Amino acid sequence: MRTAFIEALCRRAAVDPRVWLLTGDLGWSVLEKFSNAHPGRYLNMGVAEQNMTGVAAGLALAGNVVFVYSIANFPTLRCLEQIRNDVAYHALPVKIVAVGGGLAYGTHGYSHHAVEDLAVLRALPGMTVVAPGDPLETAAAVEAAAQMPGPCYLRLGKAGEPRVHARPPEFAVGKAIRMRDGTDVTLISIGGMLAGTCELARRLADRGISCRVESMHTLKPLDDETVRAAARETGAIVTVEEHGIVGGLGTAVAEVLAGAEGAHCAFRRFALPDEVFHRTGSAAYLWRAAGDLEQLVVEMVSSRRRKAG
Amino acid sequence: MSSNDLARRIRVDSLRTVHKARASHIGSSLSIADILAVLYEDILRSRPAEPAWPDRDRLIVSKGHAAAAVYAALANRGFFPRDWLDTYCADGSRLAGHITHGVPGVELSTGSLGHGLPVAAGLAVAAHRGALSWRVFALLSDGDCDEGSTWEAALFAAHHRLEKLTAIVDYNRIQGFGRVGEVLELDPLGDKWRAFGWGVVEVDGHDHGALRTALEGPAQAGRPTAVIAHTVKGKGVGFMEDRLEWHYKSPTDEQLLHALRGLGEDG
Repeated sequence: MRTAFIEALCRRAAVDPRVWLLTGDLGWSVLEKFSNAHPGRYLNMGVAEQNMTGVAAGLALAGNVVFVYSIANFPTLRCLEQIRNDVAYHALPVKIVAVGGGLAYGTHGYSHHAVEDLAVLRALPGMTVVAPGDPLETAAAVEAAAQMPGPCYLRLGKAGEPRVHARPPEFAVGKAIRMRDGTDVTLISIGGMLAGTCELARRLADRGISCRVESMHTLKPLDDETVRAAARETGAIVTVEEHGIVGGLGTAVAEVLAGAEGAHCAFRRFALPDEVFHRTGSAAYLWRAAGDLEQLVVEMVSSRRRKAG
Repeated sequence: MSSNDLARRIRVDSLRTVHKARASHIGSSLSIADILAVLYEDILRSRPAEPAWPDRDRLIVSKGHAAAAVYAALANRGFFPRDWLDTYCADGSRLAGHITHGVPGVELSTGSLGHGLPVAAGLAVAAHRGALSWRVFALLSDGDCDEGSTWEAALFAAHHRLEKLTAIVDYNRIQGFGRVGEVLELDPLGDKWRAFGWGVVEVDGHDHGALRTALEGPAQAGRPTAVIAHTVKGKGVGFMEDRLEWHYKSPTDEQLLHALRGLGEDG
């Protein structure tokens, strides 16, 4: 996703002279593509995220579209009040890019686990929150972020995520992408969980469970209609996110279901538990704390069939 | 209007608006009345009838709690009608108790300290890289200088040689709980800015001639300028001068009359 991001940003910057890139001294061997092509619109801000965000707001006040880049929680939580007051309050076109969302930096320890960012950023009025599901969605999201008027949080994975889409998808902010249709349950995935969710749906098909899969790349504004349709048409929803269970996609979907007339449906949230991880390990290892998604879906569908039965 | 006249108007209008709204922070507003008056009368290129004029100089007032003084300066310069001042902090008013954008002439909403200098630095870097003609000013309080983000911006502005950027510190040496020297020492403040790579001028923040000279251009070529303005909190109203309580209290009717008479107003 990192590579897809910088390539898309360079393409955009080539046609839009307002586009700047600021980094918190991270992105070595990635961002040079931009800094070499557009040195006048590039700044390495040093390890100073509060100032980076404030400077981005200043540049945006002067008419620019400013991408700020760092990893994990550094461009979000470290400078949250700058994002809230300087950027969101003024509805400025500052695009915050975090690489290593979720557990991408698993072995680096809890300081590098970005697992509350979606909840926090989606609480800010006017903030668009996008977590693309693969490199093709990333490229499209960068283009969309650059063109939308206000602030945006772009939460990316790291490197080497597989392509899930066979070709560039029809991408619109706030509109989920239907990956496959199904009748037993809808799996709503955000961000880097997309590949695994699609793979799971294929495996479950072999076991006679028919899954609809939605790539919910935009957390805010949420595609409420897709959620309501999933409830209505499949009667069961599982949200899948690389994030703590508080405040992210699962919460956002629950908010829609709670407010939807007649949207009674079975509902489970697959997310990380609300706890500090004191263990060290790869993302795959850390994910065991969240349980087993396949088992969760199988049990949910079986139980519904028994009841219907 | 001369800067002296504007400074007096800022004081009078700040007192009236704060009194009417039963609001706080009058001491902070009086502290910067002279700085604002010199900026708006003699330094800033601006067009009150066209607040978004692209070539205007930008003033970011980081000490957003001194809103009454900023609104008074803008109203008296003609950015908006003076009777708006009567709505300060009122239900539905545009004039919130901390500086709020959307009010003509306000560049940035502030209120949480430490936000102004980074944004000003961003504007300044845009002006430098775009070879634009305008300058950027950031007005900071002592409390702003407690915030790490201010010093991040200080590093950045010096590194990028942002000559178009001037920070003015309203150094009245009183903050939330008392004297700066008791709460969190800033001295030697000029040396700190100098060590960060800024050109530094120290002036009496109530001496209009000295302020004018300090604000006319960069103190040193190729460096951002820090003007340490030695000020008195509550300046111009004897019983408020250098008193912590006027960070919080609102004047009573009698105190208002007394203060206004001291400024040559009938009340």
